Amino acid sequence: MFAVAPTAPVELERPEVEDVTLADVPWIVIVWNDPINLMSYVTFVFQKLFGYSKRKATALMLDVHEKGRAVVSSGTREEAEVDVFRLHEHGLWATMEKDGTGRGDS
Amino acid sequence: MIRFRRRVERQRDGSFVVRLSEDERRLLGSLPAQLSAVVDAEPQDPWLQRLFPTAYPHDPEREEEWRLLMSVDLHDRRRAQLRTLAETAGATTLTEDELLTWSQALNDLRLYLGTRLDLTEETTEADFDDEHDRDLYALYSWLGYLQEEVIEALSGAL
Repeated sequence: MFAVAPTAPVELERPEVEDVTLADVPWIVIVWNDPINLMSYVTFVFQKLFGYSKRKATALMLDVHEKGRAVVSSGTREEAEVDVFRLHEHGLWATMEKDGTGRGDS
Repeated sequence: MIRFRRRVERQRDGSFVVRLSEDERRLLGSLPAQLSAVVDAEPQDPWLQRLFPTAYPHDPEREEEWRLLMSVDLHDRRRAQLRTLAETAGATTLTEDELLTWSQALNDLRLYLGTRLDLTEETTEADFDDEHDRDLYALYSWLGYLQEEVIEALSGAL
């Protein structure tokens, strides 16, 4: 639904022998709404961490604010963990899950 | 007319000027150590939950693995960013990196205070009967104003 982080498609770097299994299904990183973080700060963090434009970062922030959550990036499990760590480091409430599992929808 | 004097402003050379009173600087410099002490002494303190959130809310096994791998790093980063805020609270000029660290450390303080005060998006000062909570809320609000100015100054640099 949302564009992935501006990194090279991970599939290109995968060894050819590796089969396409469930392990290749991308992971998504979700940021949840909270009553403490400033809207300006959340927008700023999205721009800084993911290189998103002000417009895209603002749209994502408003999604979080109005819908309670937004998918902010996706990729391999390792890539998602890096993003979650950086978001936590910046004080945002981020979780990760396998795309399509819908775990965490509320 | 007079021009509104921002407390945090980008200068031509790329550094940032910070205009705070001596009292504000003393207060700002004293807060990081207080939060670091809570993080060190009571890492399971429920008021710290927003500083160390869950990554895998539906997968306890992976969550435990994540905590083992990442929580030390996250604690170290938090302590380092709070230390930078304490050490530079008296500075009248900051580099962009230092101000970025301020934005994170101010946010850490706000997350702790906001969680402790159990805030919602509708909370106002009138919601607090307890004087100590009212003081904490005033501190939380002041940190928010400062944070907003820091972000505005930094956003111009993106």
